Amino acid sequence: MKLSTLLASAALAIGLAGGAFADDKTKVGFVFVGPVGDGGWTYEHNQGRLAVEKEFGDKVETVFVENVAEGPDSERVMTQMALDGADLIFTTSFGYMDPTINVAAKFPNVKFEHATGYKRADNVSTYSARFYEGRAIQGHIAGKMTKSNIIGYIGSFPIPEVIRGINSAYIHAKKVNPDVEFKIVWAYTWFDPAKEADAAKVLIEQGADVVLQHTDSTAPQAAAQEAGNVITFGQASDMAQYAPMPRVSSIIDNWAPYYIARTKAVMDGTWTSTDTWDGIGAGMVGIGEITDAVPADVKAEALALKASIADGSYHPFTGPLKKQDGSDFLADGETADDGTLAGMNFYVEGITGDIPN
Amino acid sequence: MVRLEKRPQASQAFSWAAPVLAVLATMVFGGLLFAALGKDPLASIATIFWEPLFGDFAFYYRPQLLIKGAPLVLIAIGLSLGFKAGIWNIGAEGQYIMGAIFGAGVGLAFYPTESVLIFPLMVLAGALGGWIWAMIPAVLKVKFGTNEILVSLMLVYVAEQFLASMALGLLKNPEGFGFPGSRNLQQYPSAHNAELITGSGMHWGVVAALIAVIFAYVLLARHRLGFAIRVTGEAPRAAKFSGVNPVRLVLFCMGMSGLLAGLAGMFEVAGPAGQITIDFNVGYGFTAIIVAFLGRLHPIGILLAGGLMALTYIGGDIAQSQLGLPAAAIQVFQGMLLFFLLAFDLFTNYRLRFGRAEVA
Repeated sequence: MKLSTLLASAALAIGLAGGAFADDKTKVGFVFVGPVGDGGWTYEHNQGRLAVEKEFGDKVETVFVENVAEGPDSERVMTQMALDGADLIFTTSFGYMDPTINVAAKFPNVKFEHATGYKRADNVSTYSARFYEGRAIQGHIAGKMTKSNIIGYIGSFPIPEVIRGINSAYIHAKKVNPDVEFKIVWAYTWFDPAKEADAAKVLIEQGADVVLQHTDSTAPQAAAQEAGNVITFGQASDMAQYAPMPRVSSIIDNWAPYYIARTKAVMDGTWTSTDTWDGIGAGMVGIGEITDAVPADVKAEALALKASIADGSYHPFTGPLKKQDGSDFLADGETADDGTLAGMNFYVEGITGDIPN
Repeated sequence: MVRLEKRPQASQAFSWAAPVLAVLATMVFGGLLFAALGKDPLASIATIFWEPLFGDFAFYYRPQLLIKGAPLVLIAIGLSLGFKAGIWNIGAEGQYIMGAIFGAGVGLAFYPTESVLIFPLMVLAGALGGWIWAMIPAVLKVKFGTNEILVSLMLVYVAEQFLASMALGLLKNPEGFGFPGSRNLQQYPSAHNAELITGSGMHWGVVAALIAVIFAYVLLARHRLGFAIRVTGEAPRAAKFSGVNPVRLVLFCMGMSGLLAGLAGMFEVAGPAGQITIDFNVGYGFTAIIVAFLGRLHPIGILLAGGLMALTYIGGDIAQSQLGLPAAAIQVFQGMLLFFLLAFDLFTNYRLRFGRAEVA
C-alpha cells in the first residue's frame, strides 16, 4: 500500500475515533528549532503557545517538540504530530518550509502555519513579523546616542530578513546623524553565545559604541556591559536583565495574539490559508521599554516614530532612497512594496562593504 | 574491599555483554531521571523503545528508522576501520558535508536535464568529496606527522563555512526569492534519491549502508588488508614486523571513512533532506562515533547500534510531544548510553575482586 494512502486512512481513523469519543479538544502542535529556554526566538514562540493554553484552557491541548533539526527530522516530527491527531501545527523556522509543504500534502485535514516562509497551500498559511519596523526605532536611537559615530551590527546570515533590518536601521540612524557609519560582522549563526560575544568585542574594539544584533543570545549584551559605555538592544526577547544599560530598548516578537486568533479560527471552522505579515500596529512586533539611559527628548522622538509606524502614517522605507551602487530605489515619497521588501538583497546607499554570498 | 584486577585475557563474553548491560542500565537510570521529572518512567521508556517499532503508527516509524539509521551505519562502518587500527578520523561530519556539496553540486549543474546518468555521477562525486576532505588530514599525517584527530576535527568547521557559503551563493536556488538554500532535489527526478519502494524508507543510502556492512565484514574477516588493520590496532610492533605499511594503512582507512561519510551526505541531500541549506548537517558524523563504539567496531554490531540510536532519536521525539519530556532529558538519556557502555567496557579487561588483597 502507498504511504500516502496509509497515512490518509490513519488520519481518517483518528478523525473517526475522535468523533466517537466526542473529543472536542483542539490539538495544537508546535515544532521548535531551538530549546524553549533559549531566551530569544524559540522562547517567544513558546510564550505564544502558553498564551494559547491560557486563553482556551480545557478546550485546547498543546504539544511541542524542541531542538528539531531542519530537514527530514522536522518532517518526521510534523508527521508524528499529525498522526497523533493535531488539528493545527505551527512550524517555527524558515528551514521547515519544504518539510511543512510535504507533510501538509499528506494530511489535507490538518492545518499548518509556517513562520517566515513563502510557500503556501490550501492547508498551509505563512506568517512573519515586520521586524524592520522595530529596526527603524533602534536606528533612530542609535544615531542619536552614538558619540564615535560608529554603529556595530551583528548579522546572522545575509538573507533578506536580516538585510532589511540593517537597511532600516541605517536609514533612520543616517537621518538623525549624517556622519554615522555602520560596521557589519556576519556571525553565520542564529544562536551561538561564544561567536556572538566575539563579534561584539571585535565591533567594540573598532570603536563602535552602539551594537545592534540580529542573533538571539544575550552574549553581545554581556560583552557591551563589560566594555562599559556601549549600548545595545534586546533581540527577539526583551533581555530586560541587561537594562537600563547596556540594553536601552528591544524588539520583542509577540506571537501570542496571532496564535490565539489562528487557534480560534480552527475551532470555529473559519481557518483559511493566508499570508500574514504584521508589525507594530497589529502588536506582533513589540518595542521593549526605552530606559532612562536614553535622553528624554530622544525617547519622545522614538515613541513618536513608533506611533507613526503603528498607525500606518509612516513607512520605514520611504523615498527618496538609492541603492548602494547609486541606482534609484525609491522616488520621493514612494514606499517600498512588500515584494521588494520580502526579497531584499541589496544595501541602501551609504552602507559600506558587500553582502557576502 | 572491592578492587579491580586485570584479567589475564580480555573477556570475549563481556565484550558482547557490555552493550546489552549498557542499554539496560540506561533504561533503569533513564527511568529514574524521567520519574524525577514527574513523568511515568515505564510509559516513557515504552514510548521511546516500543512506540516506533510496534505502536499504532509503526507502519510510518519503521521506515523512518531506516532513513535515520542508514547514514549513521554508513559513516560508522568507515570510522570503525580506522578506529580498529588506531587511526582516529573525528571529522566525519565535515566529510559528510563535503560529500553532500559535491553530490548536490553535480546534480544541480545538470539541472534541468533529465538523464539516468546524473544520479550515478552524483554518487561518484559525493564519494569523491568525502574522500578528498579525509585525505587532507591523512596526507598531512603521513607527510608531516600532524595529528589526524585535530586536523580532521578542525576541517569540520571549515566544511560548515563552506556549506553556508554554498547555500547563500553558488548553489542558491535562483527561484528562491533571495532566501538561502539550493533547489530541492526531491523535485528533480534525475537527481532524486527516491524510495525504491514507496513507503518502505528504502533508498539507495540504505542499500549502500547494507553493502558497506557486508563489505567491511568480508574485509576484516578474509582480506589481507583487514588483517593488517586488526594487527596494527592490537599489536603495532608485531604489525611492523609482519610487513604492514603504516602509510598505506593510514591513507586507506582515512580515505575509506571519508568516502563512506561523503556517500552518506550525498544520499541524504539527494533524498530525505532534498536541499543544501545552511543547517544541512545535523551531527550524524559525530553520532556515528558513538555508533561505532556501541557496535564494538564490528560490522554487525554497528548495524544493530545504528538501529538502536535511530530508535532513541525517533522514540525521543515521540516522547517529547506525547509526554512532554524536555529535549534535554532525551539527550541526557542518549548520553547515558555511551557513558554506561564505557563504564561496562572496563570489565572486558578488568574484573572485580571482593575481599582483601593478598599479601605478596
